[in-house]
Amino acid sequence: MPEPAPELGAEFAGPDENGHFGPYGGVFVGETLVRAVAELAEAYASLSAKPEFWREFDVDLADYVGRPSPLYLAERLSEAWGGARIWLKREDLNHTGAHKVNNTIGQALLAKHMGKTRLIAETGAGQHGVASATVAARMGLECHVYMGAEDIVRQAPNVYRMKLLGARVIAVESGSRTLKDAMNEALRDWATHVDDTYYIIGTVAGPHPYPRMVRDFQSVIGREARRQFLERTGVLPDALVACVGGGSNAIGLFHPFLGDSDVAMYGVEAAGRGLDTPDHAAPLCAGRPGVLHGNRTYLMVDEHGQILDTHSVSAGLDYPGVGPEHAWLKDLERVRYVGATDRETLEAFHQLTRLEGIIPALESSHALAWAGRLAAKMKSGQNLLVNLSGRGDKDIEAVARLEGADFGTA
Amino acid sequence: MSRIAPCAARAREQERGLLIPYLVAGDPDFATTLALMRELVARGADMIELGIPFSDPSSDGPVIQRGVERALAGGATLAGVLELARRFRDQDGRTPVILMGYLNPIEIMGYGEFTAGCARAGVDGVLVVDMPLAEAGDLPALLAGQGIDRIFLVSPTTAPCRAREIIEYTSGYLYYVSLKGVTGAALEDRESVAGNIAGLRKLTDLPIIIGFGIRDEETALAMNALGDGVIIGSALVEKIEALPPEATRHPEAIGEAAELIGRVRRALDHDGKRVS
Repeated sequence: MPEPAPELGAEFAGPDENGHFGPYGGVFVGETLVRAVAELAEAYASLSAKPEFWREFDVDLADYVGRPSPLYLAERLSEAWGGARIWLKREDLNHTGAHKVNNTIGQALLAKHMGKTRLIAETGAGQHGVASATVAARMGLECHVYMGAEDIVRQAPNVYRMKLLGARVIAVESGSRTLKDAMNEALRDWATHVDDTYYIIGTVAGPHPYPRMVRDFQSVIGREARRQFLERTGVLPDALVACVGGGSNAIGLFHPFLGDSDVAMYGVEAAGRGLDTPDHAAPLCAGRPGVLHGNRTYLMVDEHGQILDTHSVSAGLDYPGVGPEHAWLKDLERVRYVGATDRETLEAFHQLTRLEGIIPALESSHALAWAGRLAAKMKSGQNLLVNLSGRGDKDIEAVARLEGADFGTA
Repeated sequence: MSRIAPCAARAREQERGLLIPYLVAGDPDFATTLALMRELVARGADMIELGIPFSDPSSDGPVIQRGVERALAGGATLAGVLELARRFRDQDGRTPVILMGYLNPIEIMGYGEFTAGCARAGVDGVLVVDMPLAEAGDLPALLAGQGIDRIFLVSPTTAPCRAREIIEYTSGYLYYVSLKGVTGAALEDRESVAGNIAGLRKLTDLPIIIGFGIRDEETALAMNALGDGVIIGSALVEKIEALPPEATRHPEAIGEAAELIGRVRRALDHDGKRVS
């Protein structure tokens, strides 16, 4: 029997009933959405108290998503980096190619129980859009995905995938034309179609109950990883590393380990062209608390309270906010938040591809880049677990473009 | 003290509907907004709602979004909005000014500094779109301490028990959102507005002002018949969008943009109610 996770201390037990993690989180929405958000919180509280709901969820994760995802010891990568042994939690092998589907399966079940017939979603890299379009197709629901016009160019294969699945992809031309603007547009849609529409938020941000609910769905990653790791090695990993945009794959891995005080945790933000430049997407490393998209959290914001444009090589991390639980874990110093630059990320992308035959998503490559630096400082008997949150098929055109390589010639 | 209650009392006495234009402060620059505010008052606006520009206006439709983008491109900040309000107040000691915006710029400035700034500028009311009562912290108390009205929204999705609670904390006027959607959307379900306003009437003596989707004489008359007045935003911001560059050099263009409010004023005043 694997060792059960220890009881969580009160500081990690959030959110409270109003969705607060310390000073973060909450419900900051326009009046039109207040009731919809409250109904969602009630529906989730009632369904998540029922074992049948989780049984339904687990069956879908097993038979449709293909869980549990493997825990893989990357021996050649460990050798190349020197130091700790590198283990990968293979969320890239999930149906649709990333961890995002864990959440859309859960929320689609909720939408079905609430009798909603129309799904909407925002997407950055397109992985959450694809995962939403996928569950919509499977359940015969209408699906509208909001995507920044700039991201549509960066992530063309995912756009086409969503269309094949029957979703309508709506290009968002306002603001910075990326993920944050897609989220604004989805909130506008929700306020307009509030009676029949279910908004599937793709990360652990937004108004309560989303940060908690998405965390609960994604925690399957950490629960599995903890069990698998103990079964394989008899010990817990020394450190966990995951990339953080909104932070859903990271919280999914971290949360079941929060009570394991000997397990160090690193959340890797997109440092873009460097944290000392304005061109990054690292609110926890270089931002300050404010209010955006329904919650109080760390933001990339100027001294007048305007949200700053972000930059990252990866569309999925190109977001000026972060989930409120991460903000709280930062203040508690339970998780250390660091950055990986575009250049370090691309190096790690190639390393994993060449050494292990696994093409990682650019988002996940941020985690790998930091893991490489960390591993080299660790001892050879130590273990480092990296969440390989997605696969890189969607990124190969972008990488070719960035590096000036010829795409499509031998 | 806030000028809103005396203004509403005058209108009630004269049996005229309150007409409140909304415009984005600094769209496309503060000089133009100031000129427009004066014109709007001259053409019959009872109060003015000044929008605080914010980069992510997720409750607003495309017209106001573009207005906000123009204001931000022109360098508008919350400090600049307060300065604009102060300059208006220097010239007009009577017309209430209400600031309407999103929480983040206020949060980054700090509630204390914001409230003090409003008091210095002669601001009469504050409405924060994405700050439900439960998340308001000490902002309402700080505003109340300066005699500034706290205006909250009630929408078609607000449950009666919640409306009661909102009303308890609201002063000045109650802003009724006429539709499910964003600013500038089409007003389709007028019967439900009538029913909901009738329900709210039983709960409060506050003036009930209806906004969202009101864009001309016809919609203004229809909604004014149900409440105590109307707010016109997107339709006015659309006119501002069409202003020529350096609009302050073209007073006739500013007047033309503000004339939307003049037309609605005349329509409301001839709406069978007694005109003083």
